[in-house]
Amino acid sequence: MATLEAPGGPGGTGDSGPPPIALTPGGGLMPQGGGITGARSLRRMTRAIRSNSKATTGAGLLILFCLVALFPGVIAHDDPSAEIYGRALGPSGQHLLGTTAFGQDMFAQVIYGTRPVLLIALGVGLSATIIAMLIGVAAAYLGGAWDGVLSLFTDVLLVIPAFPLLIVIASYLHGAGTLVLIGVVTAVSWSYTARQLRSQALSLRDRDFLEAARVRGERSIYIIVVEIIPTMTSLLVASFLTNALYAVLFSSSLQFIGLGNPNTVSWGTMLYWAENNEAFQTGQALWIIVPGLCIVALGAAFALLNYAFDEIGNPALRPVRSMRGKRVKRPR
Amino acid sequence: MSSAPGNDGRPGRAAGNATGTVLEVSDLSVEYAMEGGTVRAVDSVSFDLEPGEFLGVVGESGCGKSTLLFAIAQLLVPPAGITGGSVVFRGQSMVGLTDRQLASVRWRDLSVVMQSAMNALNPVKSIAAQFKDAMRAHGVTSKHEIADRSAEVLRMVGIDPVHLDSYPHQLSGGMRQRSMIAMALLLTPELVIMDEPTSALDVVAQRSLMVQIKELQEKLGFAVIFVTHDMSLVSHFSDRLMVMYAGRVDEFGPTRQVFDAPQHPYTVGLMEAFPSIRGPRVPLTGIPGSPPNLASPPPGCRFAPRCPKVMTRCREETPELYHVNGTLVRCFLHAEEGGGDD
Amino acid sequence: MRFVLRRLGFFVLTLWAALTLNFFLPRLMPGNPAIAMVALHRGSLSPQALHVMEAQFGIGHQNLASQYFSYLGNVATFKFGESLTTQPGVSVGRIVLDAIPWTLGLVGVTTILAFILGTGIGILSAWRRGGRLDSIMPPIFVIMTVIPYFWIGLILILVFGVKLHWLPYFFTFNITLTPGLNLAFIGNVLEHAILPAFTLLITTIGTWILTMRNTMITTLAEDYVRMARAKGLPGYRIMLDYAARNAILPNLTGFAMSLGFVVGGAILIELVFNYEGVGWLLLQAVNNNDYPLEQALFLLITGAVLLAILLSDVVTAMLDPRTRGAR
Repeated sequence: MATLEAPGGPGGTGDSGPPPIALTPGGGLMPQGGGITGARSLRRMTRAIRSNSKATTGAGLLILFCLVALFPGVIAHDDPSAEIYGRALGPSGQHLLGTTAFGQDMFAQVIYGTRPVLLIALGVGLSATIIAMLIGVAAAYLGGAWDGVLSLFTDVLLVIPAFPLLIVIASYLHGAGTLVLIGVVTAVSWSYTARQLRSQALSLRDRDFLEAARVRGERSIYIIVVEIIPTMTSLLVASFLTNALYAVLFSSSLQFIGLGNPNTVSWGTMLYWAENNEAFQTGQALWIIVPGLCIVALGAAFALLNYAFDEIGNPALRPVRSMRGKRVKRPR
Repeated sequence: MSSAPGNDGRPGRAAGNATGTVLEVSDLSVEYAMEGGTVRAVDSVSFDLEPGEFLGVVGESGCGKSTLLFAIAQLLVPPAGITGGSVVFRGQSMVGLTDRQLASVRWRDLSVVMQSAMNALNPVKSIAAQFKDAMRAHGVTSKHEIADRSAEVLRMVGIDPVHLDSYPHQLSGGMRQRSMIAMALLLTPELVIMDEPTSALDVVAQRSLMVQIKELQEKLGFAVIFVTHDMSLVSHFSDRLMVMYAGRVDEFGPTRQVFDAPQHPYTVGLMEAFPSIRGPRVPLTGIPGSPPNLASPPPGCRFAPRCPKVMTRCREETPELYHVNGTLVRCFLHAEEGGGDD
Repeated sequence: MRFVLRRLGFFVLTLWAALTLNFFLPRLMPGNPAIAMVALHRGSLSPQALHVMEAQFGIGHQNLASQYFSYLGNVATFKFGESLTTQPGVSVGRIVLDAIPWTLGLVGVTTILAFILGTGIGILSAWRRGGRLDSIMPPIFVIMTVIPYFWIGLILILVFGVKLHWLPYFFTFNITLTPGLNLAFIGNVLEHAILPAFTLLITTIGTWILTMRNTMITTLAEDYVRMARAKGLPGYRIMLDYAARNAILPNLTGFAMSLGFVVGGAILIELVFNYEGVGWLLLQAVNNNDYPLEQALFLLITGAVLLAILLSDVVTAMLDPRTRGAR
């Protein structure tokens, strides 16, 4: 069977775009040991995060954005949609980032715009991972004809270019609000990580501890839920981060084109309006620069976390520590 | 030996060490720099190797024997590194040299056979291409010479040269291992280091490969360091036997002596774990416990926690290697008998 | 051979899936907006085009099955109908053909360049590990890859176009010039292509670098690389012949796979620079609700990506002896 092997994930392979196939997150080969398991993994994860600077940066950024999304009113005091201020004003004490061409406070827009983006990211991350897990693990575990059908289905969806498809779907819908965006982006994203999860589930299928569970007489569902899935924790986390990352980029791009709901306040829609009002030419560069930077920052948060998890799971990728000072000196 | 290409007339070639030995390893130590601290995988190992000698190195997994091999061949990769001692090969000190400086010695005088040919052979190059690589790197450029020699070494290990154009995955396991050995003999080196080359094979193939190796060795006269966990296998073929435990040499002497009259409790334990196929039936005994964590080894003798003959002294002081009838034994039981060594 | 045939089969299957998807999408959407649009523009359409679009969108009274087969037949003979709004009455095929060369030039050349450069840098960066660079560069590359394609394009426009006035950033060439195979025109085309190409290069190269680096690192830990060292082979030969040759195999498949995403990025870049290629055209069609044009472009893009994947499979088979005769 012509199998496309486990694809890599962004952050680790570091992409917002091209996902290489036949690579696990991190672009390396499958980490031995199937990743970190179960409940111990949470403690180990936190320890690992704290020790890895990439992970701390990423986690820090993510937490920052979550806080902003949860409590926008605390930080920005203006209504982001209210077009009551002077138009296209530069930054000042009253308007930290100035105002848009419509007279809205830009700072408020950026702050309030965080929530929809984060919602989409987390929504897609979660749902795509769940779907990918269900299909990937089922395909691996059921094997045979089921595997063939599910895998083929996944492969076909995987290979059809996602963004053009998104554009076509969104165009028929005449624009997509937050919920629709989540649904649509999930639909084109899940196949990617389903492949990875299936690969790993396959490699786990014949491992001894599963054989032991079978011999004990446990039912398939039990084995899948209690034994297989916890072992795949690291890959599931990677899948979540990868999908969240893609979601941020895809949804912002769709909104930029105008296929989101232009009336919602979000970073992508801000960019849409900025571009439509010739922000650069009229000296409103901030209108384009700031939302873009936010997208990069949030994306980077996910990507760095993903990359750091790769290093944690696959020690070969870590920065090489030189043995200077311990080496025996060269002979004269 | 001088029929092989590339071996003649090299200027300044040392004719072996001053004392005639091919290899002198003194106090060699290798450490791995891990996150939790350093792990000393090889701890002050010393031995000499005569030309044409077959040395067997045995021990359980994790005792440092493979690390020792790679250290001798200067093939360690970070986080592992040599942190002490010296390796003198044919009069030339090897430790600390760069790959480029070692290139002329490599393969021509010292070659390596690894455990799994499937992993050690480049999957995208044919056997012939991999042979050619080695020869061209050492100055053999004539296509005829390369082709002739490649066919010759394959025949030496019992493979039809028609397989030269095959890729590794097209050969059977046994054939792959043999090709690796053939490759190691391309430039008729003085020393061939082998890391468990038979472990991946079935018992029958194992034995026939061992016999072949021994025959080649006797015919071509190269020395062999053969690392394995299978003591009974190597003891039929080796001149001397070295038993390693937890990074240290615990027993070292002529094979027959070590095999027939083991002195170290660990060696004794290993012997008793291999029941004889003839002779009286004896209950199967193993060695209780497991090897120590080398990140924090036990004080004193490293075998003490598992030793049936342990004394208080063993847990406090580290035994040296003592002479016992021509064998070196690292055990306080024999401390009074001979003088200490190293 | 068997491998290639199987990949060919997959190619055909996926193409069929895309076609079917295209067929059902308008019918699944609330209100089937396609029907409304066609009705609106009936006047400017030729009867053959109308016929094609009836099958395509479900207008008229044929049953679903016969519509489906007519549709497939039309696609196979490259009948895509006529544009409704972008260039009313003009055959879709003609409009698309005009745009293809621009995209092929920009995206094709830049992607290949990015892949080659990125792979090369990845190989070298993996070979020389252990410096301070090793800790700093990867995170930088990581961040490079999350930058939205369109945003970096906008920033570059800001810097090089608006502020510095060094490079043009609108359209594929200066519209006051007449197209022709003369130096002035070609020079102008290239000038207009620099910023979009550079944008595409920056955004895509990060991924190639990182994935190549990571597979190289894993490959360098393999026994056969150690064996190559043991044989005393020169460094460059080990790096290329033993490590890179093996490390690149998974990346080749990845290259083709990611073309789907590169294409997405190219669409955005063409929009930002008003570069009149296929992607730009797609967005025009979307904005104008020009469904026949949209569908044709979607099929074109999908077909191109699938073709590239097929090609990369063939190249992989050529480079990896294990797939050639293999199961």
